[in-house]
Amino acid sequence: MSVSKSDAATIQNTEDIVRLRQRVRDLMKNEGFSLVDQTKMVTAASELARNALVYGGGGAVLVEVLKEDNGRTGLRLIFEDHGPGIADIDQALTDGFTTGNGLGLGLGGSKRLTNEFLIDSSPGAGTRITVTRWM
Amino acid sequence: MIKINKKISEILTQHKNEIFEDWLSGQLASVSLRLDLVSETELRRQSQEFLNLFVTASLSSNLQDINTPEWDGVREYLTSITYSRARQGFSPTEIATFVLSLKHPLFSHLRELSGVNSNDLIDMIWTATFLIDKLALLSIENYQRGREEIIKRQQQELLELSTPVVKAWDGVLILPLIGTLDSARTQIVMESLLQSILDTGSAIAIIDITGVISVDTLVAQHLLKTMAAAKLMGAQCIISGIRPQIAQTMVHLGVGFGEVATKASLADALAESFKRLGLAVIKPQARG
Amino acid sequence: MNTIPILKLGEYLLVSIQVDMHDRLALQLQDELTSMLVKTKSRGVLLDISFLEMVDSFMGRMLSNIAAMTRLLGAETVVVGIQPAVAITIVELGLTLPNVRTALNVDAGMEILRRLVDFSDQKGGYECQQE
Repeated sequence: MSVSKSDAATIQNTEDIVRLRQRVRDLMKNEGFSLVDQTKMVTAASELARNALVYGGGGAVLVEVLKEDNGRTGLRLIFEDHGPGIADIDQALTDGFTTGNGLGLGLGGSKRLTNEFLIDSSPGAGTRITVTRWM
Repeated sequence: MIKINKKISEILTQHKNEIFEDWLSGQLASVSLRLDLVSETELRRQSQEFLNLFVTASLSSNLQDINTPEWDGVREYLTSITYSRARQGFSPTEIATFVLSLKHPLFSHLRELSGVNSNDLIDMIWTATFLIDKLALLSIENYQRGREEIIKRQQQELLELSTPVVKAWDGVLILPLIGTLDSARTQIVMESLLQSILDTGSAIAIIDITGVISVDTLVAQHLLKTMAAAKLMGAQCIISGIRPQIAQTMVHLGVGFGEVATKASLADALAESFKRLGLAVIKPQARG
Repeated sequence: MNTIPILKLGEYLLVSIQVDMHDRLALQLQDELTSMLVKTKSRGVLLDISFLEMVDSFMGRMLSNIAAMTRLLGAETVVVGIQPAVAITIVELGLTLPNVRTALNVDAGMEILRRLVDFSDQKGGYECQQE
C-alpha cells in the first residue's frame, strides 16, 4: 500500500471545516468514488473536524489518497487535536453521549460512515482519529 | 544446455513447414477439435502465426524461461487466442491441447535426427516437453482469467437487470426483488430505488419481496434504512409479499419492520397506494 | 460575506440553500428566517436543500430547530429536495430529524404546506364558532 497524495490542513474555525469538506469531495470525485461514498466520507469529515474544533480546541487534519497493490483506492483522514482527550472511548462512541451540547452522533456516526475507524486518546494527551473509506 | 537448445531451435527452423503441417493435421484429427467454434482456415492461421512466433523465440537459445522478453510475442499471442477461445466456449482441455499437440510433430522430427546419442535426445525431449508444458499451463491460467472476467461482467449485468424499478401509476413505483439478497446487492438496489423516486417524483414506493428466498438481519436492516432514507426525501415505502417462511424467520431473528406499512400481496399494496393518493378503482357500468 | 436569500411567495417564505454552509451562516439563516416570519406574518416555510451535498449533525440540528421555531410562531416548515446520497448518509449517521416534514420537490412541498395551513384554518374556524 502506498500514499499517492497527501496534504495537511489546520482546523481552527468553522470555515476550515467547509474547506476540508470541499477538499475531501474534490479528491474523491477525482479518484472516482461513488456519490454515496463521497457523501458519507464528507459527512464523517465534517463531524470529526467539528469535534476537533469544539472538544479539542482546534487541531490538524491529514488527508491521504491510498493505493493498494491490488489497485484498490482509499481515502484516509487523520485528525489530531491537543485537547483534553477522551477518558472512556466506548462511552464516547455511544450515540447520544456528549460532553458538549451536540447531538452526540459525531464519533459513532463517523464510525458507521467509514470502513475503518481508529481512535487513540487518553485524558490530557489529546485525540487522534484515523478514518478510511475504500472504493 | 546451450547445445541442446541450439539443436532444438535448428530443427524448428529447418523443418518448420513439415512440423506445421503435421501439427495442423494432428489438430484436425484430434477429438478435441471444435470446427463448430473455429473454422479450419482460422485454425490454420492461428497455428501458423503461433508457430512463427515460437520458432523466432526459440532462436534466442532460451528455452527454459518463457517469462523473458524473447517470449513476449508468444505469450501475448497465446493469451489472445486463449481469451477468444474462452469467450467462444472452449473447454480447458481443448484450449491446452492446442499447445500440447505441438509435442508430437516436434518429437518426431527430433527422433529422425541422425548422429545424436540417446542421452542428448532425451535431454532435447525433456527440454521441449518442459517448454511446451509451461506454455500449456500459461494458456490454462489465461483461460481461468478470461472466465473470471466473463463471470464478473455477467454478475454486473445481472445486478443491473435485477434492479428494475417500475412505474405502476403516476406517483407509485414498484421494486420487485427476486432471488437472494446479499448486502452488496441490496445496497445497489436501494440506491437505484431512491434515485428513481427522485427522478419520477413518486411519493409512494412499493418494495415487493415475493420473489425473495430469504431475508437475514443485515438485509432487513438495509431495507429499513432505505425506507428511512425514502421518508427523509418525502416518499413513503410499502413492503409487500412477505412469504410465510420469511415472516417466521424474521420473527425468529427478532427483526421487525416496525411502523413500516407491510401488505401481504402486491395487489394489496397497490390498493393501499391508491387510497393514500385519494384514488379509487371503479368498475364501469355494464353496457346494456 | 454572503447571505442566503429568503423569498416571500404569497403567505409562504421560500429559502433555497445553494452554498455549502459554514456554521455561522446556518445560525444567521435561523435568525433571519424567524424574524422575517414574524415581520411578514407568513404561514409556512419551504426550505429547498436540493443543492446541499451533505447534511451533518450540525445541519440536521439546524433543520430541526427551524421546524420547531416556525411551529412556535404558528407556521409550518417543509424541507424539500434531500438527495438520495444525502438521505442515505443521514440515516447511516443516525440522525432522525424529528418533526421535520419533507417532500420530494418544491411542488409537492407547496402542496403539503397548503394542506397544513388549510387544516389549521379549519381548526381555528371551528374554535371560533364554539365561542
